[in-house]
Amino acid sequence: MSELVADSIDMTFHTPAGEAVQALKDVSFSLKQGELLSVLGPSGCGKTTLLNLIAGFLRPTGGVLSLNNREIDGPGVERGMVFQQGALFEWLTVAQNVDFGLRMKKHNKKETAKKVEEWLEIVGLQGFGDTPTYQLSGGMQQRVALARCLINDPDLILMDEPLGALDALTREKMQSLVLKIWKETGKTIMIITHSVEEALLLGERLFVMAPRPGRLHKEYRLPFAEWGLEGDLRDIKNHPQFVQNREEILSMIWNMEEEIMGKTL
Amino acid sequence: MFSAIAEHRGFIVGLIFILLLIGLVAATIYGRRIIRNEKTDAVFGNPERALGGWYWVFAGVASILVIWFYFSWDAARSYFPDAANELCQVAKVDTAINPMRSIFPIDSRLLKGTSLLARDSAQLNQLDRDLARSGFTDAEKTEYGALVGQLRSALQSMASPDNVDPQVQKRIAEIAQRVDDVRAKLADPAHPGAASAAEIEKALAQPGWGESTTEVPTYPVTERGRKFAAVADEVAAIAKDFTRIRNTGAVFDARIKEIGDKIKQLQAGFDSSELEKKELQARETYVKQINKMYKRIDDGTVFPPNALDQVEASVRLFEAEAYRQQGSLRFIDAIAMPSGTIEAGNTSCSEQGSGRWLPKPSDTLATLVRISDPDIGYKGIPMLWYQQKPLAEMAGFFIPDWIADLVPGEYPRHQPDGSINENLKTKVLNVATGNFPSMSVPVPMGHIWDSILRVLAGLFFGILLGVPLGLFMGLSRFAKGFFDPLIELYRPVPPLAWAPLILTIFGIQDDGKIFLLFMVAFAIMVISARTGATGTQLSKIHAAHSLGATKRQIIKNVILPNSLPEILTGIRISIGVCWGTLVAAEMLAGTTGIGFVENVARKQSDYEIIWVTIILLGVLGLLFDLIMRWVINRTIPWRGKG
Ligand SMILES: Nc1ncnc2c1ncn2[C@@H]1O[C@H](COP(=O)(O)OP(=O)(O)OP(=O)(O)O)[C@@H](O)[C@H]1O
Ligand SMILES: [Mg+2]
Repeated sequence: MSELVADSIDMTFHTPAGEAVQALKDVSFSLKQGELLSVLGPSGCGKTTLLNLIAGFLRPTGGVLSLNNREIDGPGVERGMVFQQGALFEWLTVAQNVDFGLRMKKHNKKETAKKVEEWLEIVGLQGFGDTPTYQLSGGMQQRVALARCLINDPDLILMDEPLGALDALTREKMQSLVLKIWKETGKTIMIITHSVEEALLLGERLFVMAPRPGRLHKEYRLPFAEWGLEGDLRDIKNHPQFVQNREEILSMIWNMEEEIMGKTL
Repeated sequence: MFSAIAEHRGFIVGLIFILLLIGLVAATIYGRRIIRNEKTDAVFGNPERALGGWYWVFAGVASILVIWFYFSWDAARSYFPDAANELCQVAKVDTAINPMRSIFPIDSRLLKGTSLLARDSAQLNQLDRDLARSGFTDAEKTEYGALVGQLRSALQSMASPDNVDPQVQKRIAEIAQRVDDVRAKLADPAHPGAASAAEIEKALAQPGWGESTTEVPTYPVTERGRKFAAVADEVAAIAKDFTRIRNTGAVFDARIKEIGDKIKQLQAGFDSSELEKKELQARETYVKQINKMYKRIDDGTVFPPNALDQVEASVRLFEAEAYRQQGSLRFIDAIAMPSGTIEAGNTSCSEQGSGRWLPKPSDTLATLVRISDPDIGYKGIPMLWYQQKPLAEMAGFFIPDWIADLVPGEYPRHQPDGSINENLKTKVLNVATGNFPSMSVPVPMGHIWDSILRVLAGLFFGILLGVPLGLFMGLSRFAKGFFDPLIELYRPVPPLAWAPLILTIFGIQDDGKIFLLFMVAFAIMVISARTGATGTQLSKIHAAHSLGATKRQIIKNVILPNSLPEILTGIRISIGVCWGTLVAAEMLAGTTGIGFVENVARKQSDYEIIWVTIILLGVLGLLFDLIMRWVINRTIPWRGKG
């Protein structure tokens, strides 16, 4: 059973000017196989930092991060990442982007082609294999990024505001897609978002983080992701429990933001 | 086909010139009309106003060509093919009369005699002043002082009308009469009569305007021309006689003779033994100056102020007549042949002004066609052609010769009977040096090819070494810090400043030039590849990492393609800079290449070849750039869209 464990993680940045910025302080949690976690928090509270630590792009200055009882040191295929802007390779076609990971592993070519077909179909891009990625819309690019990450069959999927740049309609479709993939593949997913609604919808568990220094402020366990697998997302959004949770978290974050503003102003 | 075109060059140029003028006017009118009709985007500053407009492109091109045809006198030659020849005859008259005219205040402000007198007087005054530090004894000083005084009074007496010899006056009057006579001939429609058969043959045998290196045909081919040519000969004779007249007169002749004797006497009595070197020098300078003044005055070039009035009047009348006789030629000279004219030398006439240094488009084209002929080429080498080269030679170039040394055994020695037995070692050596029979393949050659090849070779090595190093420097603190000083040490130096050194070390053949171009391309490629590598988005590298790519794979599949726009732009810049550096390097040294051709042509003042090379360099440079633009558009359509 795969399990992500964060044990009192500290992260301090040292700026070139010599200042020390404590981005994360004493963050501890664990995430079981197949769990869907969304992370919410005011800007600058260390969400991206946390994700980069798990992905292995950064090393914590204190504490231990481990996946399947193995300490994380450096990036790895078992932890797939979907970036906010897609971070696609614009000189490659859609298919070449999607099979990038497999090509790097020198995977069997025929099998790779078949897998690419499958994944393009799952994310709804069948027939776009030979299109250059720069000709795609933002939503399509994000779906390519998703397929590129999932084709590698990672144990843990990390997403940093993957839907932030999309319009409301595309965003809703993508949210359903994420839920669908979560259900069908049973992957562990950790998703960062700025939108409270999205966090509630896409979070079986939800962390609210507090800034300065970044730390876990509150944790929720929510039923909406399960509901979203069957029901209509808009109905869920109007459910009284959803509304209540939303208002509670909104005011929580609002207070935090106000506190920061008061500090800086 | 080319010969037919060349034969009708004049007609074709005339036609093209007319068509260009009509096209220019038409395009301008069309363009103005469109501007007037366009009300929709009438806002100044809207960039859309600059879109389209092929007719303005045409107008621009036509303007350049019209100016070229006009100022190179190609149009003039087309419409007035005989004008240069006639103007040559006119110029001959001008040249012939010039010695006479220059005596009178026609071109200059002062009468020649006046300025001579002023100059001589000033120099005599200077002699007075120099006497004090001339190193003479006091006695001598008195003598020389008196001598200067005598010279002055001789000069003054020459300016007096009373002293002129009647004989001289008569000869002056004769000259005036002769000038009047020749003027009458100029005005006489019958002069100089029908041309003899020999004259006609001579005139017809000479090459036309611009057809040979003589440029302008010398012998007159028209009636008007014959008249001017005949008159020019006579005027030349008169001018010669006129300049021979010396102002002699009993009064000052005696004085001048006396001065001469005295100078000799003073020199004879001089003893140099007691003087120091410096004093001796001062003395000698002074005596030399006295002698010079004596000779000048003895020449008798100064006349009384009005003694030559008669001749002056005749010359003026002659010039007026010559001007009248030119008739339409004056307008052709002034309007059709701008900024310059035809001038006559001792033996031939030449174009002076823009017609000389701006070659005629038709001649330039003809020169280009001529030197493009591989049998002619330039300095025995074709511009661009091919030669059959055995494949063996190329194989020999790539296989190192020392391979033969590795084969076991000894190289054979010759036998007592003079024969040499080949063994395996010699056979391998033959292959390595390309000494075996093989088929031949065509290989390009020539000045243009050599230049292109040098640029491409320099560029090739620059890219081969520069791009990897640049990427490495963009990714590694060690590489950046370590190699940066090396590159920044030589890069800021203008490439041409390196040229003399590099060419001395590597020799004037291809190696030196290629190395120089390599240096140029290398620095640019390193910097652009480094910029490209540094500009890679971190998120893309992160993505590649978490997709399982190794370091090497990330460089090849992420950083390199991501730097491609910068690298290609670097190549484009490199080609341009290399092209410029190459031409200058070829001018410095070498025996082939476009720069070499231009440099030789410069030494020979062959303006047509110079312009041909300029145009060739421009066209090839543009071609390189267009190819690079095409490549850039094809290979990185995603540029700026990531
Ligand atoms: N490389 C770095 N050097 C110094 N400080 C950094 C660095 N990266 C992040 N920080 C600081 O760490 C804190 C957390 O940054 P982080 O990017 O994780 O915030 P975030 O929660 O993702 O914010 P947002 O929601 O705006 O994306 C911020 O105060 C930021 O200034
Ligand atoms: Mg962030």
